[in-house]
Amino acid sequence: MTKDEIKETVLRALGQIAPEADLSQLKTNLRIRDQLDIDSMDLLNFVIGLHKEFKVEIPEADYAKLATLDGCVEYLASHRGT
Amino acid sequence: MAEFLMPQLGADMSAGKLLGWRKNVGESVSRGDIIADVETDKADIEIEVFTSGVIERILIQPGEKVPVGTVLAIIRREGEVAKGETPLAPRVAPSEAAPAKPVAPVLPARPSVSAAEPKRVHVSPVARKAAAELGIDLASLVGTGPGGRITLEDVQKAAQAKAAQPAPVPELDRRARMRQAIAAAMARSKREIPHYYLSTAIDMSRVMAWLTQENLKRSVEDRLVYGVLLLKAVALALHDVPELNSLWSAGKAVQLADVHVGAAISLRGGGLVAPALHNTDRQSLDELMKNFRDLVQRARAGSLRSSELSDPTITVTSLGEQGVDAVFGIIYPPQVALVGFGKITERPWSSAGQIVSRHAITATLSGDHRVTDGHRGGLFLAAVDRLLQEPEKL
Repeated sequence: MTKDEIKETVLRALGQIAPEADLSQLKTNLRIRDQLDIDSMDLLNFVIGLHKEFKVEIPEADYAKLATLDGCVEYLASHRGT
Repeated sequence: MAEFLMPQLGADMSAGKLLGWRKNVGESVSRGDIIADVETDKADIEIEVFTSGVIERILIQPGEKVPVGTVLAIIRREGEVAKGETPLAPRVAPSEAAPAKPVAPVLPARPSVSAAEPKRVHVSPVARKAAAELGIDLASLVGTGPGGRITLEDVQKAAQAKAAQPAPVPELDRRARMRQAIAAAMARSKREIPHYYLSTAIDMSRVMAWLTQENLKRSVEDRLVYGVLLLKAVALALHDVPELNSLWSAGKAVQLADVHVGAAISLRGGGLVAPALHNTDRQSLDELMKNFRDLVQRARAGSLRSSELSDPTITVTSLGEQGVDAVFGIIYPPQVALVGFGKITERPWSSAGQIVSRHAITATLSGDHRVTDGHRGGLFLAAVDRLLQEPEKL
């Protein structure tokens, strides 16, 4: 899976928790939480969505690495298949 | 026979618009079944039935907006014999906020005009031409000419009357209506309830440490959020001060045996709802987490059930994630208490004669002074604190 494909999949998972958001306007280097007004329950659902899509076990301690879209792509690219 | 009424889904609801029926006349229903959908100012709600039986009559049709308490349908209870076809007019509940409007009769009695049987209209050619030019529906006119014939004068009068009508006021969108509904309920609360407010700082170190360890053992789907522990602690603390788990009704507080904590959930685009987590005190943390997740998702997707909006006995609101230090909320009538939580922050904390760093949260209680006083409120917050010091027992 390329980084672009990972990004597509991450955006799809975000679309599940914030269906009303225009994800094309999402800044890839800014905190997703601030841009989409998501809370801890949304974050958990987002992580569950990523877990299902990528089969990656994401410990709570790593949540901070998923703060931005760029961070999500980097994290998932390096942890897929681990 | 049992009446199926337009339910009161919170203090901010005075009327509801029936969106549709999920069951037809003659179909069986069981207690707890969702049989209708209703639009309120805050959300579209799935309406449950609390009587088992057969739908005998449907009195209100989709699209009609009626006050709370209006009979929507008649349900023949199990074992009852069906009545004859006696016409039954809808009974609309009186309402100050939404005066009862004439309601269309029961569907079978409603005269219908089918496309295959157009209404015959007697009209003079000049009147027909004028009606077309002025945008007047001839079928809506009563002719004053010979034999009921519609004349030019009839059309001109109708055109004048139409011009004199005020322009229709555009219906407020859902967000604006929600703000109005919240404003009405909160203004009523502030007007009628003598609030008192208490706050206390609670050491959350044990909760956070326990949660970190617990979540390490769990798969992603089974992890807990700290908000669930707060909900459970509040529910259990009500056992110590049960008068806070009351509803104000007919000039007095009615204490309730069941604890249904309403969890304030913010909606995307503004507004909030506070649906009930039924029997919060009796659920395990795992059950609460599962049900809370489901409730948040359904609240935001607009698919809450009527009992979830009508049953809360106390409300918990947490604004910590918005960076708020403490919440002093307004009680949601007819409840008599609201508990607020701010953000968890690392703070200097005095312990055994030393200043140490601890994760702490500010818990607040908004209480109804007609029902409790500060002493009992203080005991309640102390109980919440005590329970949170032993998270493994929640």
